[in-house]
Amino acid sequence: MTDEARASDSGAAGEPAPDASRSYYGRPVIKAPVWKHDITAYLFTGGLAAGSSLLAAGADLTGRHELRRGCRLASLAALSASTWFLIHDLGRPSRFANMLRVFKPTSPMSMGTWILAAYGPMAGLAAASEVTGVLPAGVASRALPGVGRAAGVAAAGLAPLLGTYTAVLLADTAVPAWHDAGRHLPFVFAGSALASGAGVGLLAAPLGQVGPARRMAVAGAAAELAATSVLEHRLGLQSEAYRSAAPARFLRLARGLAAAGAVAAVTGRRSRVLSALGGAALLAGSICTRCGVYQAGLVSAADPRFTVLPQRQRLDAGQAR
Amino acid sequence: MNADCIIIQGSNMAEAHPVGFQWVVEAKLRGAKVIHIDPRFTRTSALADTFVPIRAGTDIAFLGGVINHVLSNDLDFREYVVAYTNAATIVSERFADTEDLDGLFSGFDPASRTYDESSWQYAGNEDAGGDSEETGARRQVASALQHESHGPGIDSEVERDETLQHPRCVFQILKRHFARYTPEMVERVCGVPAEQLLEVAKAWAAASGRERTTTLVYSVGWTQHSTGVQYIRTGTILQLLLGNMGRPGGGILALRGHASIQGSTDIPTLFNLLPGYLPMPHVAQHERFDDWIGAIRHGDQKGFWGGAPAYATSLLKAWWGDAATVDNDFAYGYLPRISGDHGTYRQVLDMIDGRIKGYFLLGQNPAVGSAHGKAQRLGMANLDWLVVRDLFEIESATFWKDGPEVATGEIVPEECRTEVFLLPAASHVEKEGTFTQTQRMLQWREKAVEPPGDCRSELWFFFHLGRLVRERLAGSQDGRDRPLLDLTWDYPVHGRHDEPSADAVLREVNGFDLVTGRPLASSGELRADGSTAGGCWIYTGVYAGGVNQAARRRPGSEQDWVAAEWGWVWPANRRILYNRASADPEGRPWSERKAYVWWDDELGRWTGHDVPDFQVDKPPWYRPPPGATGAEALAGDDPFIMQGDGKGWLFVPTGLVDGPLPTHYEPAESPLPNRLYGQQSNPTRVVYERADNPRNPSPPDEHREVFPFVFTTSRLTEHHTSGAMSRTLGYLAELQPAMFVEVSPALARERGLEHLGWATIVTARSAIEARVLVTDRLRPLRVDGRPVHQVWLPYHWGVGSGLTTGDSANDLMGVSLDPNVLIQDSKVGTCDVQPGRRPTGPALLDLVAGYRTRAGVASMAPERIVTAEQGRG
Amino acid sequence: MITERSRLLGSLDPAAGSGYVEPPPRVGFFTDTSICIGCKACEVACKEWNGIPQDGIELTGMSYDNSVGLGASTWRHVAFIEQRVAAPGAGGDETGVRWLMSSDVCKHCTSAACLDVCPTGSLLRTELGTVVVQDDICNGCGYCIPACPYGVIDQRRSPDGDRNVGLAQKCTLCYDRTGAGLEPACAKACPTDSIQFGSLDELRKRAAGRVGALRAAGVADARLYGEDPADGVGGAGSLFLLLDDPEVYGLPPDPVCTTRDLPAMWRRAAVAAATMAAVTAFAFLGSRS
Ligand SMILES: Nc1nc2c(c(=O)[nH]1)N[C@H]1C(S)=C(S)[C@@H](COP(=O)(O)OP(=O)(O)OC[C@H]3O[C@@H](n4cnc5c(=O)[nH]c(N)nc54)[C@H](O)[C@@H]3O)O[C@H]1N2
Ligand SMILES: Nc1nc2c(c(=O)[nH]1)N[C@H]1C(S)=C(S)[C@@H](COP(=O)(O)OP(=O)(O)OC[C@H]3O[C@@H](n4cnc5c(=O)[nH]c(N)nc54)[C@H](O)[C@@H]3O)O[C@H]1N2
Ligand code: SF4
Ligand code: SF4
Ligand code: SF4
Ligand code: SF4
Ligand code: SF4
Ligand SMILES: [Mo]
Repeated sequence: MTDEARASDSGAAGEPAPDASRSYYGRPVIKAPVWKHDITAYLFTGGLAAGSSLLAAGADLTGRHELRRGCRLASLAALSASTWFLIHDLGRPSRFANMLRVFKPTSPMSMGTWILAAYGPMAGLAAASEVTGVLPAGVASRALPGVGRAAGVAAAGLAPLLGTYTAVLLADTAVPAWHDAGRHLPFVFAGSALASGAGVGLLAAPLGQVGPARRMAVAGAAAELAATSVLEHRLGLQSEAYRSAAPARFLRLARGLAAAGAVAAVTGRRSRVLSALGGAALLAGSICTRCGVYQAGLVSAADPRFTVLPQRQRLDAGQAR
Repeated sequence: MNADCIIIQGSNMAEAHPVGFQWVVEAKLRGAKVIHIDPRFTRTSALADTFVPIRAGTDIAFLGGVINHVLSNDLDFREYVVAYTNAATIVSERFADTEDLDGLFSGFDPASRTYDESSWQYAGNEDAGGDSEETGARRQVASALQHESHGPGIDSEVERDETLQHPRCVFQILKRHFARYTPEMVERVCGVPAEQLLEVAKAWAAASGRERTTTLVYSVGWTQHSTGVQYIRTGTILQLLLGNMGRPGGGILALRGHASIQGSTDIPTLFNLLPGYLPMPHVAQHERFDDWIGAIRHGDQKGFWGGAPAYATSLLKAWWGDAATVDNDFAYGYLPRISGDHGTYRQVLDMIDGRIKGYFLLGQNPAVGSAHGKAQRLGMANLDWLVVRDLFEIESATFWKDGPEVATGEIVPEECRTEVFLLPAASHVEKEGTFTQTQRMLQWREKAVEPPGDCRSELWFFFHLGRLVRERLAGSQDGRDRPLLDLTWDYPVHGRHDEPSADAVLREVNGFDLVTGRPLASSGELRADGSTAGGCWIYTGVYAGGVNQAARRRPGSEQDWVAAEWGWVWPANRRILYNRASADPEGRPWSERKAYVWWDDELGRWTGHDVPDFQVDKPPWYRPPPGATGAEALAGDDPFIMQGDGKGWLFVPTGLVDGPLPTHYEPAESPLPNRLYGQQSNPTRVVYERADNPRNPSPPDEHREVFPFVFTTSRLTEHHTSGAMSRTLGYLAELQPAMFVEVSPALARERGLEHLGWATIVTARSAIEARVLVTDRLRPLRVDGRPVHQVWLPYHWGVGSGLTTGDSANDLMGVSLDPNVLIQDSKVGTCDVQPGRRPTGPALLDLVAGYRTRAGVASMAPERIVTAEQGRG
Repeated sequence: MITERSRLLGSLDPAAGSGYVEPPPRVGFFTDTSICIGCKACEVACKEWNGIPQDGIELTGMSYDNSVGLGASTWRHVAFIEQRVAAPGAGGDETGVRWLMSSDVCKHCTSAACLDVCPTGSLLRTELGTVVVQDDICNGCGYCIPACPYGVIDQRRSPDGDRNVGLAQKCTLCYDRTGAGLEPACAKACPTDSIQFGSLDELRKRAAGRVGALRAAGVADARLYGEDPADGVGGAGSLFLLLDDPEVYGLPPDPVCTTRDLPAMWRRAAVAAATMAAVTAFAFLGSRS
């Protein structure tokens, strides 16, 4: 606490903060999220699960078994990781279940929990159906493929919600760079989810089955790039947060990786290695996008300008009227 | 709350008296103007309408300027002044003023630095004042504290000129005395722009008089100076001139410090007082009972001190009961005697010199809280035994193992001979009893919780200590043991630990009829014939009717605005002293708005909102018969009933060691010469000239540039005094977590001090370090054309115990005292300030020694205290 | 499982809005900073009453503010602002100072973002219209923290062993005192009545009267903060009389309850979700053709 105070004060070394700065010793007005890296990871894994579920369902319906298997397993892994991150981030992990006390549309986290709760078993079942081979033959294992398809389709139905609700989760805060990006973040996250899902596909499936993944990679990366660029340039003052050092570094990297991933996806039709590299790049790019967005939020929360200036302008404009 | 203007000077009321300050806020909400005059901008200034920055130690010059403005523009409340003050009284023709004698009054003896008061007397009473030997003795025993004042032994025969034209009447003397305290002079001395002085003077005068009243608030920003008493005198003169005494919304609020510090002067913890301001007998002056009584009531003078024989006798009866008889002068011989200065600072020096062997410390932490911290600690390190009763293991109990002198090698723990007994004390919530606060109000406190473990109350400790000593002495035939063995030591005890009854003690303090046992209702019922006992005459009435009046807690909402049924105020539950002055000489309120007590013709008595501070049946037109004495000698329009002439004293013919009128002297340590007189600083102040109490050079000494800055020390809301009770508590320690020094941006630039960095502050005594707070709340003053930098230090930190520790401001202080009451001048000194931390270990001593050498401190002796032309002649 | 009514726009009576039948009058604070003496009695009283741990012993150099801001272990916070102003009376180039002090606290918003976003229902609207964390339900998800537009609520992180570590913490408006007819500890301790507690209707009147009186007395800077029911949080339950712009005190000048924009956000998310589905379909359909 006081370290920050000192740091913020050292700028005005020698004398107390001057009146003209119009903030309280340069202290933030709002509290930055206390979430740890878990939540960045959660944003990514949630998107990843969503993207892979969609791809898996498509693969299932179009008979691309290896693509399906890879994506189903990946979505289960991502889902498990995501749940683990969510719980691990809690101040009281043992009380995770309290999330299920209420169903609250005003709380994206509540909605997210319910989405996760609905999606999880489906994704789980779908993934479980992939491992029938290792189970002893029986009724259950015979029934599984059917159940797997149904579950996979259901999971895919929920996946777009899973992939985008996290954008609302961030936007529904007082963190200026997030809140003011509320119109765009869902597209960033949607694109990022698709790109990462496609990344899994590129990594997991043989060349012959990855056609849809390539198209998805291109579309996802394009959406991710376009929407991120809106964040960086079209949000007025808040764009400064996205362009400031740490977020910009991540977003630059994300841009490069997504672009490279997309290019590799398109050009790697004949190379498994190139496709896989492209897939990896897309995954990494997605991680970087999440990190960049998250960091921009922190930057905007820490500097009172991002909170105060727009509000002040709003007030002054209102008064002028 | 009823004031139209509130002047706060020498007090940081909002910070040090936040709960009392609610009434200032209340008055402000009702439209009162609040003015704060202080060396630095504080939380009090923040709430004031006007803030006046002043150079520390120059308040007499400032107030002198206000007096001058009032007198030159006839703004005084003339009717009040003529009737109720000694303005009209003619003073001896032998009197010569500081204006004529370069800063000294007539009667000064340069050798002893004391005055012969005879020339200060009222005309025709020249032999009444003390000679310089007597005033010297008074300085030793701080006699100004005793029975409020002696009062001149005169009655109706004083010569008066009610037109105030006589050149030797007090009014004209006052006018001449303050004539040179012009706004321009104030600006040159105090660094207060002339316009600001005039703004204050005008506001003060405008909010005084018939319809309005102004309150003056001070506390230790005024008292802790080598001229502290005269600061208050200056305020008194103004409040009398403007007719603000004895009236609602007027008066002078002397804010007291600790809870019940007022109580501890009423029933004193001071060496020179007995309960009710009776003086402690002096071995040479008061050999016999009659000498003592005579000294208190001053022969046959007017006023309520005429009751002294009854007060004194009842006290002796309370203490020695049946052993106090008419034949043995009520055991007067049992009372201990004093022989001179036994003040706390004298005692510490005596400890250093090995003259005192044992010491009880109860509720005090001098290792941090008292001036000259090093002397305090070295003194305590040279005792045979030291008993510390406290709530915490304070620095005064641990100095021998972790005080600053251990680091410098001046105290070696293995060799320190003092045996320290640390006894845990019960805190105020763990015992019952009374607190007497600022407005003389006694409030009864219930015990909220049992004291933990071995913690015990003071009452328990002294009662059982006395019991054990008496048991040891039982049967002794030695005459010197009689005073102890004959004490009435029979308080009822209760509970597991035989806790004595505080209620029984309060009953005894109140006093009772020895025959019937009936608690007395007022001090008028005390008798000089030994038929009553009473532990403190001014408290008589607190148990009137056998009811603990101090325990009354009727909410303010259920009573009128005077709220007479909350607690009990001495004397006689009077809320405003001298309130007879709230009515005009004929007994009518000065104005409807300010009506308080008045004469009711129909009832034939004084009546009003408060208990009249006057004999209720004495009509305004009463004139004493010739030869009357005591209370009978007070006329119906003499409101100041404790004074020898019934008047408020603008001019004080006797009782003060340093002069009948306040005069601006520079502080004992000052970077500047006195602009008004050749006499630099108070010539009569108490100094202890010794190598371990060096003084920074001041004009006319050379090398004063070595200590170029003025510093002052005081309090923060977040901590209490030596910090023993606040640095130990997390919730408080975190609010002010480190010792710091406040400096102006200008000084920070000049000395390269960095905000939140470290600074070292140096005087001839020691050097301390503190974190730097650069703030606009301090700013250099332009004094006589040059900037004077003032720095400010809180004095709450010490090295040893607590969640936050730090160097003590009091280590910078030397010992130099006001001559009237022996208070230290801890509100102003000179120092140097350097960036960075201080050296540690012996290197610290070297640093300070280097400063002393450069300042020529060693070669400065003997001190040149008398610097006036006249005094040197 | 309790299903909370979705309430995206606050009514002035949030208790009724939350389903209490005939709730008692809504209570709150009026903090008149013009008479605050910065004594911090409110901070200490709050800590004493609520058993809040220490919050760090470190000198900040922010005037006399060493507790820095509201947080999990500081539910009342007194801000100190030193300003240079033209010195009255003295020559033009000289400077005077003004020292603003203000005791900040949770606003108990009419539209409380913290409460809206809490996924466990730990944050609760009381019958008095105040907003309270239920320590036994909060799981420390931390969502309420960035949601609060005033930066009030925070997660307790220390000291080790404290029973509420990990949980979100803030002013309860002394729910355990007000319920018993007592005034909150901070208001009780405030010597100058800078903090006034009572029914919000009454306090609004008082606040309006006080700002009027100050303006009439020539204090042009005096203004109210949080009293406008049409503001972004539907009006605060803690009103303030300030002597400078809110941001000077570390307060947001025009705070908005973040959930006010939530419906729009959900709609955008739905479009984005649909886009995801569409892209997927395109990815597969494209391959078929
Ligand atoms: N919070 C808190 N309250 C306390 C105490 C505490 O330690 N902490 N202590 C209690 C005690 S024991 C006492 S005695 C009282 C003391 O109460 P105060 O006297 O009000 O307190 P101080 O802070 O010592 O000093 C008062 C002011 O005097 C100013 N001053 C210094 N020198 C001069 C001068 O030459 N002229 C003028 N005009 N002003 C000057 C200082 O800048 C300071 O602002 O407070 C009591 N109340
Ligand atoms: N430089 C500088 N020095 C000053 C002053 C200044 O303004 N500047 N001010 C002076 C003034 S006004 C004062 S009053 C002094 C104060 O100085 P001290 O009286 O020396 O300091 P305190 O910390 O008040 O010490 C009181 C002690 O009593 C203990 N105590 C509390 N309650 C009880 C009880 O019921 N029983 C017992 N046995 N102990 C108890 C506390 O724990 C504490 O240790 O400092 C003086 N020194
Ligand atoms: S500490 Fe006690 S005496 Fe001092 S202001 Fe507070 S209530 Fe009054
Ligand atoms: S101020 Fe913040 S913490 Fe308090 S009720 Fe409003 S949103 Fe919640
Ligand atoms: S941290 Fe606790 S109170 Fe805050 S939103 Fe999460 S569960 Fe609710
Ligand atoms: S209302 Fe109670 S909990 Fe809230 S700040 Fe005041 S004392 Fe603390
Ligand atoms: S208790 Fe009152 S006066 Fe003291 S800091 Fe708090 S609000 Fe201000
Ligand atoms: Mo004191």
